[in-house]
Amino acid sequence: MPNSQKSSSNALKKKTIDSQSFQMFFVLIGMCVIMTILYPPFIRMANLINVIRQISITAIIGMGVTMCIITTGIDLSSGSVVALAGVVAASFGKGDYPLILPIILALIAGAACGFINGSLSAYGKIPPFIATLGMMSIARGAALIYSDGRPITGLSDAFNFIGGGYILGIPMPVIIMIIVGIIMYVLLNHTKFGKYVYAIGGNQRAAVASGINVKKYLVIIYTLASVLAALAGIILAARLNAGQPTAGVSYELDAIASSVIGGTSLTGGIGTIPGVIIGALIIGVLTNGLVLLGVSPYIQTILKGVIIIAAVLIDALRRNRG
Amino acid sequence: MEQEYLLEMTGISKRFPGVQALDSVGLKVRKGTVHALVGENGAGKSTLMNILIGLLKPDCGTIKFDGEIVDFNSVSDALSAGIAMVHQELNPVPYMTVAENIFLGKEICYKNGLVNDKAMQEETSRLLEQLGVFIDPASKMLELSTAYMQIVEIAKAISYNAKLIIMDEPTSAITEDEVEQLFKIIRLLRERGVSVIYITHKMDEIFTIADDVTIFRDGHFIDSFPISEATEENIIRLMVGRELTQLFPKENIPTDEVVLEIKGFADSKFKNVSFKLHKGEILGLAGLIGAGRTEVIESLFGLRPRDAGEIYIKGQKVEINSPVDAINCGIGLLTEDRKLSGLFLPLSVEDNITVVNIDAYIKTGLLSHKRMSEDCERMVKLLNIKTPSLSQIVSNLSGGNQQKVIIARWLLPDSDILIMDEPTRGIDVGAKAEIHKLMSDLAKQGKAIIMISSELPEILGMSDRIVVMHEGVVTGELTRDEATQENVMKLATGSK
Repeated sequence: MPNSQKSSSNALKKKTIDSQSFQMFFVLIGMCVIMTILYPPFIRMANLINVIRQISITAIIGMGVTMCIITTGIDLSSGSVVALAGVVAASFGKGDYPLILPIILALIAGAACGFINGSLSAYGKIPPFIATLGMMSIARGAALIYSDGRPITGLSDAFNFIGGGYILGIPMPVIIMIIVGIIMYVLLNHTKFGKYVYAIGGNQRAAVASGINVKKYLVIIYTLASVLAALAGIILAARLNAGQPTAGVSYELDAIASSVIGGTSLTGGIGTIPGVIIGALIIGVLTNGLVLLGVSPYIQTILKGVIIIAAVLIDALRRNRG
Repeated sequence: MEQEYLLEMTGISKRFPGVQALDSVGLKVRKGTVHALVGENGAGKSTLMNILIGLLKPDCGTIKFDGEIVDFNSVSDALSAGIAMVHQELNPVPYMTVAENIFLGKEICYKNGLVNDKAMQEETSRLLEQLGVFIDPASKMLELSTAYMQIVEIAKAISYNAKLIIMDEPTSAITEDEVEQLFKIIRLLRERGVSVIYITHKMDEIFTIADDVTIFRDGHFIDSFPISEATEENIIRLMVGRELTQLFPKENIPTDEVVLEIKGFADSKFKNVSFKLHKGEILGLAGLIGAGRTEVIESLFGLRPRDAGEIYIKGQKVEINSPVDAINCGIGLLTEDRKLSGLFLPLSVEDNITVVNIDAYIKTGLLSHKRMSEDCERMVKLLNIKTPSLSQIVSNLSGGNQQKVIIARWLLPDSDILIMDEPTRGIDVGAKAEIHKLMSDLAKQGKAIIMISSELPEILGMSDRIVVMHEGVVTGELTRDEATQENVMKLATGSK
C-alpha cells in the first residue's frame, strides 16, 4: 500500500530493509555468545580463524551467486564449476608450469561456463534456473572426462600454498575471500556495473527503457559468478592437494543459502556482499559449534535447514507487517 | 426507504507503525446508490476499503452492514456477507478462461468431483448478459482488454450476490467509450438495488455517476453530502484543503523549429504514422486504447522493432534501434505503466533518478556519490519530490512523487525531447496539477514533449497540437484552438 503511507512510516520501513543484514549480524554475534557460554574454547582465535577459513569458499561462491539472485536469477552450476576449475588447475598445478598458468586456465574454464549460462539466459531466453541446472550437469561431466574420473594429485608446494598457506598467521583462503569481498563490494556499490546489477533486478523492463543493455550485463554477471566459483575451485584443489572431479557437490546450495540468510531477496533488487559473508558465517558458526558440542551430524543438517527457512521466514513476516 | 443505510462504518481508526492512517472516520452508504469516495492519495481510502473487505483489522470502530454489526476476518468473510471489490490493478489468471476466472474458488463440479466447465460457461454467459455485454466465456483472460477484464471482475462480484461493490479507480486504465459502458453497468447495478462505492480522482465522473460523495483527507473524514449539493470547486477544495487555481496551466506558444519528425512508421500495429514535434511544444497523442499510440512511441524509442519509418532529429536523419540510441539522440521516455516498466521499486530514490545519467558520475571507474547526491538534491527541490531522504526506497513514495522521480531521471541527462505516456494516470489531483505545471515549464524552457493521454480534458488542456490515432492510423491533427471534445472523439473513434 505505498500510496497510503506517510513519510514517517516510510523512514521506518526503509530502516528495516537497510538493516536486514545488520540484524543478521546480531544473530551471528548472538550465536557466538551462546556458543562461548556452552563451550568456552569456541571463542579461541584458532577456532574462529578455522571457522572463517571453512566458510571462505562458500562465501566466494556466494558473492557471485548473490549477484545472479539480485537480478532475479540463480546459479546452480557453481558446485560443478568448482570441480571443473579444480581439475583444470590441478593438471597444470604441478611440474614446471608457472603458478599463474593453472590459475588463469581454471578461471577461463569457469568463465566459459558462466558465459554460456549468461548467454542462454539473456539471449536464449531460457530461465537461469534451467540454463544453470543444465550447466551443473555439463560442467560436472566435463570435470569427470578431463580427469578421467580420477583425482589429479602431485601438486606443487607453490600451488598448495593457495589453499593451505598462511600470511601473518591468516590462512590464504581467508585472505583471498577478504580481497574478493572488497573488490565485489566496491564493484556493486561504487561502479556503474553495480548500479546496473541492482537496476536489472529491480525492474528489468525499466532497465531496458533506461538504456541499459540488459542482455550484455546478464552475460557479464553470470560469467563473473562462474569465475568466482572457479576461484573457489582453485582454492579447494589447493587445500585438498588434488583436483577432485567429484568435489564441490551441493556447494551451490550452501552459497545460495548464505546469500538468502544474508538478506538477498529472490524477487530481485536486494542483496549485499556483507550480507552473504554474514550468511556464510552463520552457517559456519552453526556447523562448527555443533561439531564442538558433539551434536550428531544428522541433526546438524536439519538445523542448517531450519536456519535457512527461519531467516527467510522472519524477513517475509517483517515485510508483510510493514 | 431512501435513507436506509446498507453500510454504516463509524469511528474507524487504524494505525500503522509511524502513521495514523485513519482517525475515527465514518462512511454511510445508502442502499441502491453510487457513493463516490474521494481524497488525495494517502487520504486513507484504500485503508478503509481494505478494512471493509476484511484484509485489515481496524484498531477500533464498528461496521454495520445490512442491519447487522459485522466483524470480518478475511476477504471470504466479506464476500459471503455480500461485499466485493474490483481492484484498480486487476489480477486475473491470464491463462484461464473467463468462466474459470469468475468461478475461481467456487467451481461448479459434477458429483464425481470433476469440474463442470459447461455449467460454468453457461452461468458466465448469463451473468455477462445481465450486464449487457457479450464476452465468450471460453476465451482466455489474456485475450481481453482491460475494460473487459474489469467487466468480468464485476460479473464475478455479482456471482457472489454482492450487495455492495467497491470499485477502485475503475476508469484509470480504460478509454472514454469504455467508461460509458461501465457507467451503464453501474446504473444497471443501482437499479437492481446494489450499492457501489466508487473511488476516483476524476471530478466529471463523480457528477455523472454518483448519488453521494464522501471526502477524506489525511486519514480524516472531511464531509459527506448528496451530489446535488456539491460543486466541483467545493469537492476539490475539501480534498486538497487548499484552493487549486488552474488545473491545466499550459500557456506558451511553441516555436516553429522542428526538433523531431517521424515519417512513415509502420508495423503490425500501426501504419504510415508521421508527425512533427516543435521546440517548446506539447504534442498530444490522442486515441482509444489499442489505437497504437504506445506502440508508435515504443518504436520511436527503440523498444520495439518496426518494419518501416524514418526519424529526423533537428533535420538530421538518425537511426534509433535501441533505447541507448534514443537516449543519445536526447529522447527520454516515461513509460505508460510506472510500476511495470518505469520504476526500480526496491531501489532508492537516488538510484532511480541517476540510472540514465550514470555515465556522468564515473571518475576513474568509480562513481562519485557526492555528485550523484548533489544532482538528486537539486532535482528533489526542483520537482518538489516529497521524500524523507534520497536513500528512501522508491516504492514507499506516493504515485505522484514516483512519477516525479521518473521525470527527474530524464531531466538529469538534459533530454530535449520527452515522451510521456499517461503522465498522470492514478495520480491525485494535487500532484497532477504539479506535473502539468512542470510539463508547461519544461516546454517553456525549450523542451519538446509528446504526451499520450486517455483523458480528454488532459489532452485538450495541455496540448499545443493534437495528433489523433485510430486503429494504427493517424486520423487527424488539430491545433489547440480547433480541438474540442467532440472532434477529437470523432477522429479517435474513426467516425466520418
